Parts: sequence; C-alpha cells; structure tokens
Amino acid sequence: MAEIMLKALAHTYVSNPQSPADYAIREMTHVWHQGGAYALLGPSGCGKSTLLNIISGLLQPSDGDVVFDSRIVNELPPEERNIAQVFQFPVIYDTMTVFDNLAFPLRNIRTPEAKVRERVAEVADILDLVPLLRRKAKNLTADEKQKVSMGRGLVRDDVSAILFDEPLTVIDPQLKWKLRRKLKEIHERFNITMIYVTHDQLEASTFAEKIAVMYEGQVVQFGTPRELFEKPAHTFVGFFIGSPGMNFLEMTVTESGLSFGKLPIPVDPRLLELAHRSGSNNVKLGIRPEFVEVHEEVGSNTLSVKVEDIQDLGTYSILSFRLNGVSLKARLGEEHAIRGEYAHVRFPEASTHLYIDECRVEVGND
Amino acid sequence: MTKVQNNRAWLLILPMLVLVAFSAIIPLMTVVNYSVQDVFDANTRFFTGTEWFETMLNDSALQAALLRQFAFSMTILAIEVPLGIGIALLMPKRGWQASAVLILITLPLLIPWNVVGSIWQIFTRGDIGLMGWGIRELGYSYNITRNPVDAWATIILMDVWHWTPLIALLCYSGLRAIPEAYYQAARIDRASRWAVFRYIQLPKLTNVLVIGVLLRFMHSFMIYAEPFVLTGGGPGSSTTFLSQSLTTMAIGQQDLGPSAAFSLIYFLIILLVSWVFYTAIMNMQKDDATGGHRHDA
Repeated sequence: MAEIMLKALAHTYVSNPQSPADYAIREMTHVWHQGGAYALLGPSGCGKSTLLNIISGLLQPSDGDVVFDSRIVNELPPEERNIAQVFQFPVIYDTMTVFDNLAFPLRNIRTPEAKVRERVAEVADILDLVPLLRRKAKNLTADEKQKVSMGRGLVRDDVSAILFDEPLTVIDPQLKWKLRRKLKEIHERFNITMIYVTHDQLEASTFAEKIAVMYEGQVVQFGTPRELFEKPAHTFVGFFIGSPGMNFLEMTVTESGLSFGKLPIPVDPRLLELAHRSGSNNVKLGIRPEFVEVHEEVGSNTLSVKVEDIQDLGTYSILSFRLNGVSLKARLGEEHAIRGEYAHVRFPEASTHLYIDECRVEVGND
Repeated sequence: MTKVQNNRAWLLILPMLVLVAFSAIIPLMTVVNYSVQDVFDANTRFFTGTEWFETMLNDSALQAALLRQFAFSMTILAIEVPLGIGIALLMPKRGWQASAVLILITLPLLIPWNVVGSIWQIFTRGDIGLMGWGIRELGYSYNITRNPVDAWATIILMDVWHWTPLIALLCYSGLRAIPEAYYQAARIDRASRWAVFRYIQLPKLTNVLVIGVLLRFMHSFMIYAEPFVLTGGGPGSSTTFLSQSLTTMAIGQQDLGPSAAFSLIYFLIILLVSWVFYTAIMNMQKDDATGGHRHDA
C-alpha cells in the first residue's frame, strides 16, 4: 500500500533543455493518495503516458523524485516497485493458457503452487475469467485479453497501485462500460491506488474520484469531475472538458472596468483590481454553454444576439450565436425552443469566471 | 440483385492457366512421361509402369544418399536455427551499429553457391588455405579429400557460414516487430531473461521461424554446387548427396527413365516433409482439446 508523491518532478527527452517547451513533463509536485481512483486526462502528446511510465519506473525522471510512502524510488526498476501496469494494447503471453498467464507473476517470484492456484482462482472469479482458464490466451477476444492483463496486475498481493494506460482503446464500445464497471468494482474491493490515463473525459469522469487534467506537460487542474466542470482552473480545462467546451470572451481592461469590444462587462471590483495588478492584457471571461441563459424576450441585463445555428442533439440542442463577431454556444433543454433570428442571452455572474493569463482568478468568500 | 450466369468469365483465368502450364505443369509432366517409359530413340520406347520407381527405391546407393541427405539437413537445421536466433538476439537494435552488423551478417548470403564452394575449397587446403594450414599447424592432420569426418565437418561448417545469416535476419526482423509494451509488462511481472525469451520472443518468432526452417530444409535438401565443388562427393561417396547422384545418373549416364522416377520421388519427399513440418507447427498453435473455442464460449 502506498501513497505516491511526485516531488519537483520534471522530465525531458532532450539532452540539453533550453526552454520549458523542451520538457515533456514540466516541474510539478503532486500526491496520489493511497486507495484513490484517479484519472490523468489530457490530449495526445501532453505527457500523460510519460508521467505514468515515470511512476512505474519504465522511465527515469530527469529531475525531481518519485516517492512511495516517503521512500525515494527513482533508482528502483519497475520489478521492485510493487506496481502493475495495464497497457493500451493487451499484453498477454500467447502460448500460455489464461491460467498460466495469471499465474506468471506469482511463479516468477516462486510462490508455492497451492497459493498460486488460490490467488488465480480468486482473481479469475472477480474478472469473470473462470470459464476461460484453460484456453490459450492467444485465442481470446480483445476485451478478454485486456482482462487477463489486468488480472496479472491483481494476482500479486504486494501490488500497491495499478496504472492504466488508455486500457479501453481497443475494446468495442458496448463492452467498454462493462469493463469500466469491473474496474470500479475492483477498486472498491481491494484497497488499491489506481491511476487511469485517458483522453476521453467520459471515461475519466466515470472511473475516477479525482481527475488530473494535463496540458503541455503540466497538471493544470486536479479536482473532482464536478469541480472541473463548474470551476475550470485553466482555460484549457474549460475547453477540453464539456461538450461543447467553455465559451471565452476576450476582455479589454480599462481604468473603469472590463469590456468586450464596446460592451462593458460588470465585474466584481476585487477581480478588476487583480486584473489591473497583473498588468496582463490576456484577460478572458469564461462561461459554460450550460450556464448561458437564453430567453426569447428581452429581460433585465440581457443582450440581444443573432442566432447562427441550432443543432438538435436529441435530448438537448446547441444554440450557436454571434456576439461582437465572436461565435458562442449555449445549451438548450429539450422543451426550450428559440424561434426567430434573435435571442436574448444573459451570463449569470455566479457561473462566469475570469481568467488572467489562462488561469482562473477568484476572490475569497464568493 | 439476381446473379448473372455467364460462364465466359472462366476465360479470364486462361492467361494464368497458360503461365502455370509452362512454368510447372508441362515440365513436370515431361518428367512423369519419362519416368514410366524406357526410351531408346525417337521411335522406340516401351511402357514400363512403376518399374523405374521400384528400381530406384531399392537402389542401395540411392538409399545411402537419401540417409546422408537427411542427416545433413537435420544437422544444419539443428545448428543454424538456434545459432541464428542467438545472433539475432545479440544484434544491436538501433543506430549505426545495427546497420553495420546487418551488412556484415548479410554478406555470405550474397555469394553464389559455386563461389562459396571454391572459396572453401581453397580455404581448407593444407598448403595454401588459411584454415587447412592452421588446423594442421595445431597438430591435427586435417584432410577433406582423405578423411570423411573432415569432409562432413567442413561441408556443415560451410553451410552454417553461408546460411545462418538468413535465419538471423528473419529472426531479427521478427524481434524488431515485438511492441515495447511486451518487454515492459514482462519487467513489471518480474520475468527472468529466460522467461522473456521463452514466453515472449520465441512465440513471436514462430512465424518467421516456420518460413526460415522450411526454406533451409528445402534448400539444404537440394544442395548441389557447394559440396560438388568442395569435395566432389568424396572421399568415396561419403558426401554424395541426392542431387549429385541424380545429376550423375541423368546427365552423366543419360538414364532418363530412372532419373525421372528418382526426380519425382525426390520432389515428393521434399513436399511431404515440408507439409508434415508445417502442419505440425500450425497444430501446436491451436487450443488443446480440453478447451476448444466453441466449448466454453
């Protein structure tokens, strides 16, 4: 059992890094608590697989430390880290039966055969592999193979964390939810830390209690799926999580306040103060399409906008509209219809967020 | 959609049929034709049925050549396959070293058969050949024209030198095709170096090895130029293999009937052994009877 801590960790594949852009992982400190179910979410090439391989020991970090329960394990090879890893493509030992595949990690550490049989039976039972035990692993379907490679991680009772590297990529969509549920079940049953790498936000939020969103080699936010949705800490999180992503309005900062083009935007004076103090001219206002209020009639504080398109997605529809030349989106409920060329929208203050240099700023007690 | 019945479509395979006829069927039928007749001249011939086949199968010189042939093929397979795998495992994986080693390894494969024979003929001479001279200097009276054991060992060594690179190259390509994740998973499963070889590398090499072994078996079973140039089949007939016996009979003695029958037997043996070998390997990869695919699905 272990708490995994990444201490001032950074990694580069370049021998002589010059700028932060040369780093696959930029310096970060991060803690994965014992027994948690975590997801590492991000687009391809953001460094999430690199991070996973550093944790499992397949890669040595160029800077910083990997700490398991206050023990620095940088130098330890994967076989000495008590960690299991499930890869994108199922790795099975072709010529062995399913039983022998599951027994392999135990036999490698010379476990008595009676104990091997007991553990394999237990794991096969959890993963519904019992009827397949005597089959050659080579002839299984992709999801069965992936279960076998997961099983190899579970049989060892010294395993303190299982790392998943996009394990459902090759699985048929209708089987994905089944396997995902199995993972949750395993997590609840064993007290194992699980880190699940994916680029699919749905997969991440159904599996994990907490999600770390990675972007350009950095964890830009670490929070529950709800936090990521309601309070994206970084514009990338707003853009990447949610479908469609968050709307962003580029603000102009003036002495008296913020404005979007010629449109003055009312904002908490303390936020304005922060914007002034930062001196940055990269200030954005973000709001999720789900929180944009759309009315057919003019109301208090509404803005009239030109409707561009309404996309019906069955249980809801996406309204695209134009404001000051910028295309924005709003999500409409099933019963909510907009007829006519113009709509009236309002951005509720509680759901709008201010981003300075791509990072969310907030003031206390709001 | 109704199916259009038009048998003229069969004409489309005509060009292929003609090609196959000229490349395989007609030459083969010529041989069959000779094998069942005794031909004296253009007008005089007798139908002999299976007589030539019986004569050939009972010929003690040919039986001896056949046994020698099997002994040779099995010996070189037993040496070249493990050696080829071993070399492939030791070859560098990337960088200029990989390219350099690949080229060095491939060199013997580019040398024509009778040139290989000539090279080794000179190489093993006791007076001017480095190897022959060297072994004699070490105190062993090495002589491939007198001593059958020396002749055999030299022919085997020559074949191993010439053809192990083929197995090594095939295995090297097979090894490069194994995804890195397999090695990573094996490390995490704490597999030993031997277990990695036994359960990951060897199974992944099965397909290239099947090709390699079949090629090497067929090649070596038909070996002609190299021993012919090196030893001429001697001393005595100790290194006379099947194809040399056949050539002597067909070209040297113009015994067309018996040599045709012999050719067919020779061909069928190669076909049979290759088929048995291939089927055996393919069966090894199937599920055992206790867990057929349908049973527990």
